[in-house]
Amino acid sequence: MMEKVLTEGICKQIEACYPKYPTREAVILPALHLIQEAIGHVPPKAVEELAHLLGVPPARVQDTLSFYGFFAQDEPVGRTRIWVCRSLSCGARGGEELLEYLCQRLGVQPGQTTPDGRITLEVAECIGACDYAPAILAGRVLWKNMTKEKIDQMLETLP
Amino acid sequence: MPTFEPVLLANVGKPDSHTLKVYEAAGGYQTLRRVLQEMAPKEVVDRIRASQLRGRGGAGFPTGLKWSFLPKDDPGPIYLCANADESEPGTFCNRVQMEHDPHQILEGIILACYATGASAAYIYLRYEYPLAYERLQQAVEECYRAGYLGRNILGSDMSLDIYIHRGAGAYICGEETGLIESIEGHRAWPRTKPPFPAVKGLFQRPTVVNNVETLACVKHILERGIEWFQSIGTPPDPSDPRDPGSFGPKVFSISGHVNRPGCVELPLGVPVRELIEQHAGGVWKGRKVKAVVPGGLSTGVLSAHELDTPLDFSGPCKAGCLGLGTGGVIVLDETYSMVDFLHNSCRFFAHESCGQCTPCREGTAWAYRIMQRIKAGRGRLVDLDLLEEIGNSIGIIPGSTICGLADGAAWPIKTTLAKFRDELEDYIRRTNPLGCRNPAPVEALPEWREHQSITGRKLLGAEATI
Repeated sequence: MMEKVLTEGICKQIEACYPKYPTREAVILPALHLIQEAIGHVPPKAVEELAHLLGVPPARVQDTLSFYGFFAQDEPVGRTRIWVCRSLSCGARGGEELLEYLCQRLGVQPGQTTPDGRITLEVAECIGACDYAPAILAGRVLWKNMTKEKIDQMLETLP
Repeated sequence: MPTFEPVLLANVGKPDSHTLKVYEAAGGYQTLRRVLQEMAPKEVVDRIRASQLRGRGGAGFPTGLKWSFLPKDDPGPIYLCANADESEPGTFCNRVQMEHDPHQILEGIILACYATGASAAYIYLRYEYPLAYERLQQAVEECYRAGYLGRNILGSDMSLDIYIHRGAGAYICGEETGLIESIEGHRAWPRTKPPFPAVKGLFQRPTVVNNVETLACVKHILERGIEWFQSIGTPPDPSDPRDPGSFGPKVFSISGHVNRPGCVELPLGVPVRELIEQHAGGVWKGRKVKAVVPGGLSTGVLSAHELDTPLDFSGPCKAGCLGLGTGGVIVLDETYSMVDFLHNSCRFFAHESCGQCTPCREGTAWAYRIMQRIKAGRGRLVDLDLLEEIGNSIGIIPGSTICGLADGAAWPIKTTLAKFRDELEDYIRRTNPLGCRNPAPVEALPEWREHQSITGRKLLGAEATI
């Protein structure tokens, strides 16, 4: 028998969401977050297993997953996902140049992961940190008023 | 005029302002206690209705009226959704409130649920706010322990659960029926209305969707009274019998080319100039204003001649903009190119269109492709007419889409063309002297790949090597 992608631990966490919603379909989005968090992506096999667990068709899960840009499917994301905001407030204060600088420093394009699996670079639309523009969200940490020098510092702190 | 006393941001800046202890020390949950003892739910609805509170999320719909659309004597369950998906470019006031004073929002939610009879509330929080998530979650747990949530709240008949539902990076989830679809576990495609959510909303049940700042206002109105609320802001225009006025305080977010970006709470109706000069430290680097987005990118732009526009629900409309929007003010200085502005705006809406309605999906995508081409120095003067045509034909107002996202995409196009057309024409003539008068269709740039559009220079460079 092939090993399951959704471990017992992940399934328990998903089942813990059941009382929050009157339908199982509504658990799809929180479950996708839990899977993405645990294994870095939601591969097709995880989609099937989640569908089975929730008692919904796999197409239902895939439909939701593919709508939200947040979930990776083919490859796991890097240890840290860096979101560079390029919407107006950040863009007008140098966000686009910082994105270009990060592309050069990391040798990847937005949406790609460094070969060592350390960092995935992403562009973000407004992350609601316009008071700290240009801003970058690295994992759960908001980096404020960014410059090229601060990007260098940030990269050093990341695992 | 009496001096204005902030209430929505009053706790921001206090040490541990996000904790129950600090919130209670400032009188927190006393209003809930009093309302549960003294007022019937219908009285609460009537009071909010009489206060003329209008939604703070963007559309400005009267909150009490929205509540009154719920069916009478419904057997339940009724749901309340607190919209904390704040994703409108230039807007961060909800984030600041949730990070620094989550209990104020929770008290508002509990009061609104009491008024509407909702037995469960979902806070729809965008994923990009990890600190707000942590603080809201802590605050909800504190409320359960203190008896402000759960069964028989403070010994009353009222029972309520609050759940936090996290988004996954989609702007459209801020549209109330897109939000509902997203909680149900679907792609966030807005629903056709009617039926409105008040009749058939979340899980096919009667539902109220309110912005979190609106819910915080509910708490303050019940605490301080209608007279207090209506002493702040802009009264109805007597010449317009349909204008409900713009009462109350509003948290404005100011960003862009100013010295002190941030949130400030002021009466509705504050002029843009005062906001920039007195509350944001003026334009940075000693420069002048070129353009100001009055209330989030969707509302369009004001020119430097329109800085006396009052930021209330009708002020920006009179200056040709969509409206007050979210109160997210973005200042652009005299050196910033309006080509860059429109390119940025069109890219945002092309990225965020949910794809359900063809005019929006295609209109926003083609507007972006046209702006890419203009920015790269291959624009034609007729492209501006084409943009204008797109701007005039997508959205609820021309009647071609289900939700207002396309209107939000159209307003920056329409207002930039109305107020800065000369600058766009100059740019096209300067960067494409040989082709600017070409009336024939020109191909879009070879590939529509977002990362190739990081700068116009890069595109020009790529072209030059072909």
